Amino acid sequence: MSDPVLSVRNLVTQFETRAGIVTAVDDVSFDVGPGEVLGLVGESGSGKTITGFSILGLIDKPGRIAGGQIVLNGQDLRQLSPPDLHKLRGDRVAMIFQDPMMTLNPVLRIDTQMIETIRAHRDVSKARAREMAIEALGLVGIPSPAERVRTYPHEMSGGMRQRVVIAIALMLEPDLIIADEPTTALDVTIQSQILSEMQKLLAERQTALIWVTHDLTVVAGLAHRVAVMYAGKIVEQGPVDALLDHPAHPYTQGLIASIPSSVPRGQRLVPIKGMTPSLINLPKGCAFAPRCPKTSDQCLSARPEQENLGSARTLRCFHPSEVSS
Amino acid sequence: MLATDTPFRRFVTDFLRSPGALVGGIGLLTIALLAIFAGLVAPQNPYDLAQIDVLDGSLEPGTEGYAGFKYWLGTDEQGRDMLSAMIYGLRVSLSVSFIAVSAAVAVGMVLGLLAAWRGGWVETLIMRIVDIQLSFPALLVALLLLAALGKGIDKVIIALVLVQWAYFARTVRAAALVEIKKDYVMAARSAALPQSRILFGHVLPNVMPPVMVIATVQIANAIAIEASLSFLGVGVPITQPSLGLLIANGFDYLLSGRYWISFYPGVALLATLVCINIVGDQVRDILNPRLQR
Amino acid sequence: MLAYLIRRFGQAFLVMAVMAAIVFFGLYAVGNPVDLLINPEADLAEQEETIRRLGLDKPVHVQFGYFLGGLTQGDLGTSFVHNRPALELILSRLPATLELAFLGILLAVILGIPLGMIAGLKPDAPYSKVIMTGSVIGFSTPNFWQGLMLIMLFAVFLGWLPAGGRGETVDLFGIPVSFLTWDGLGHLILPAINVAIFKMSLVIRLTRAGASEVALQDYVKYARARGLSPARVLGVHILKNIMIPVVTVLGLETGNVIAFAVVTETVFAWPGIGKLLIDSIGLLDRPVVVAYLMLTVFLFVMINLVVDIAYSILDPRVRVKRGKS
Repeated sequence: MSDPVLSVRNLVTQFETRAGIVTAVDDVSFDVGPGEVLGLVGESGSGKTITGFSILGLIDKPGRIAGGQIVLNGQDLRQLSPPDLHKLRGDRVAMIFQDPMMTLNPVLRIDTQMIETIRAHRDVSKARAREMAIEALGLVGIPSPAERVRTYPHEMSGGMRQRVVIAIALMLEPDLIIADEPTTALDVTIQSQILSEMQKLLAERQTALIWVTHDLTVVAGLAHRVAVMYAGKIVEQGPVDALLDHPAHPYTQGLIASIPSSVPRGQRLVPIKGMTPSLINLPKGCAFAPRCPKTSDQCLSARPEQENLGSARTLRCFHPSEVSS
Repeated sequence: MLATDTPFRRFVTDFLRSPGALVGGIGLLTIALLAIFAGLVAPQNPYDLAQIDVLDGSLEPGTEGYAGFKYWLGTDEQGRDMLSAMIYGLRVSLSVSFIAVSAAVAVGMVLGLLAAWRGGWVETLIMRIVDIQLSFPALLVALLLLAALGKGIDKVIIALVLVQWAYFARTVRAAALVEIKKDYVMAARSAALPQSRILFGHVLPNVMPPVMVIATVQIANAIAIEASLSFLGVGVPITQPSLGLLIANGFDYLLSGRYWISFYPGVALLATLVCINIVGDQVRDILNPRLQR
Repeated sequence: MLAYLIRRFGQAFLVMAVMAAIVFFGLYAVGNPVDLLINPEADLAEQEETIRRLGLDKPVHVQFGYFLGGLTQGDLGTSFVHNRPALELILSRLPATLELAFLGILLAVILGIPLGMIAGLKPDAPYSKVIMTGSVIGFSTPNFWQGLMLIMLFAVFLGWLPAGGRGETVDLFGIPVSFLTWDGLGHLILPAINVAIFKMSLVIRLTRAGASEVALQDYVKYARARGLSPARVLGVHILKNIMIPVVTVLGLETGNVIAFAVVTETVFAWPGIGKLLIDSIGLLDRPVVVAYLMLTVFLFVMINLVVDIAYSILDPRVRVKRGKS
């Protein structure tokens, strides 16, 4: 396999709150190769979004990256000066946010926002930047882009807006795109349309993609690899088919069992009992232990370390299910 | 424990929790007590001609007078002790604005309730007047009213009521509309309970918190407007000077370096307004349901 | 947009008409218009002549007609004291007031917006607390006392600037202005600061509230994620969203500034319409007071109109809503 585009090693991101230090991302490691799609799956509050922001260096006070490495094309982003990081954001690494209604600035026209992005990274004339913007809009399937580019965000539908955001992400041909639940706020039909178009565009350009989501079904159709996060940690990671067919971690199994289409018709869905834990008072042992069907004394007293299972799979669990390899 | 946890007690404990509000509250209490007991506290009665001596005119702060009386904050051109004049002036300023705001609350509440309860053209008429009134600056409206009405403490109070009732009417109507739409009022109305009982027993208590918040702010505004009006020469008469008029009187001497005649009354005025605003902010934070924990 | 403008002008006209009626009948309610509108020092024959000329012997509704007729021709009576048409007198004093008001607002905006943004974006910094305390004091202190203190400090103790008057003026397009001569500027500075302090406290509060709210919006984070420079994020993405409430309130406050100029002009003996009003009230020169009132109402209505239009230019969302209605 070629060198990874992005390699995250032992990333730790913490927030200082009045109640104490909260570790939102805890010892997270993963690689994404060129053209590869990594599905980062977890419930809200599991740290998946914070992981995305950490990669871009967009963690604001009271938060900070407390440890680890974020290596993009061989360069550790944590060593970069703020101006160098500005140059990189939006150019080598682009991000797509969750809610297209909230991401575009409501008082600036689409062309203003696209042109300013291009001109922040490329030394081109305004006219040339406009051409590039129109081209990018056409690419993501926006009809009559030369006219639509002159509208304000609120004059477009949610799906159109998200296409604009995707166009902005693709426009400068980045090496990596981080997409934070980009289709969650959209209708199902538009969701699948956008998904398949993106997949095509990314494959053509060999762009790496981190797809942050809570929805395993989306990941199943899109991702090459999956990393499942729980309470700030990656509890299980592996190639998509192997992981979904033979989940080793009880949490992954629970996630799969709670998808409606995963069980035969008529059989009951099995929700994971209990609630996502508060990150302020995590248990001493495994964070999933209070909700886990296999909890033992060991789970309550110690935290499982990450192990390599072979065939590119990792796991954090004392009582994993057998993985047929 | 539970039995003692009345809303009022909770209000007091919440209030005491903020050190800034505590300082403001103590300051305001001191100022109010000074004003109420002006006759006992002030070293001199500045309007008793037997007690003042023209020979002591325009003395600097801290000088001893002809008769051995120490003027801590100096004297004005007629030999009045500034400290005493200020305490008496404080009384005028506070009582004028307190009376005016109380009357404005009463007027605004009646009209606001009427608008909310009756609806229809009554509401439209009242709220239109409120809108127009509020789009003009209070100071200017009061100034022109006084230009027409003439001078006098009573005229100042009337002018203040006329410029302030609209704030209360608007607030009361908004709060009352929320309350009137609630099920229990609907039920009471359809059960043909006496209107007065629904209004005064149920609706009124619920509109009081926002009215209190606005009232504290408006007292500060009333003091400032009264001071400005008196400074402009259309406010209280010279025989009963408020802080504003004291400042105005000192203005002429300011240019010749006798700063204390208008400086200290101004400091007193500023301290009063800041204390009221701090207390007002705190009252608003406590009573604001959006901020309630 | 056109329909909206027409409707808006219609409303403005209506308010003017209502105010004219209130002023007219207000004069009746307060006292005998003969006393109010006729110079008490005139002799009997002259008084009767005036009564006939002004139509004061006619019924009320006919008189109201005369009043309205005069109004439409810009005839608001003649000043007893200056023996000039009241409107002409006021208009000759208006430039001084406008010069003062605009410089005051300009100072308030130039200083208030940056200070408010600092306080909003770094709320915990010590200098932010200093800014906010200053704004509370600026808000609480009565305007006239601030003026006195400015005179005390800069004119009496330091002797740097004159205590009052307008100083030397030059004509700009036939209108005398102070700000183009050094002497005039010296006379203008203190009153302008006096006007500015109060408005600046307001601008700081508004900007701070806006900045702390806007800074948390997704589109700001997204702008950063696109690699825009901090200057662009602050100066365009945040500022443009803050400007909407600031411009609205400031526009509405322009009327207040002109009204409060009464105080500042009295303190600094600045020969504008406010000083004229106070002098006229003192001298019982009623036609001037009435003319001032009508002119102020006119200015207020016009300002409200301009603000509404400016608002719809600044906020494209409002424009659409109104265009549809």
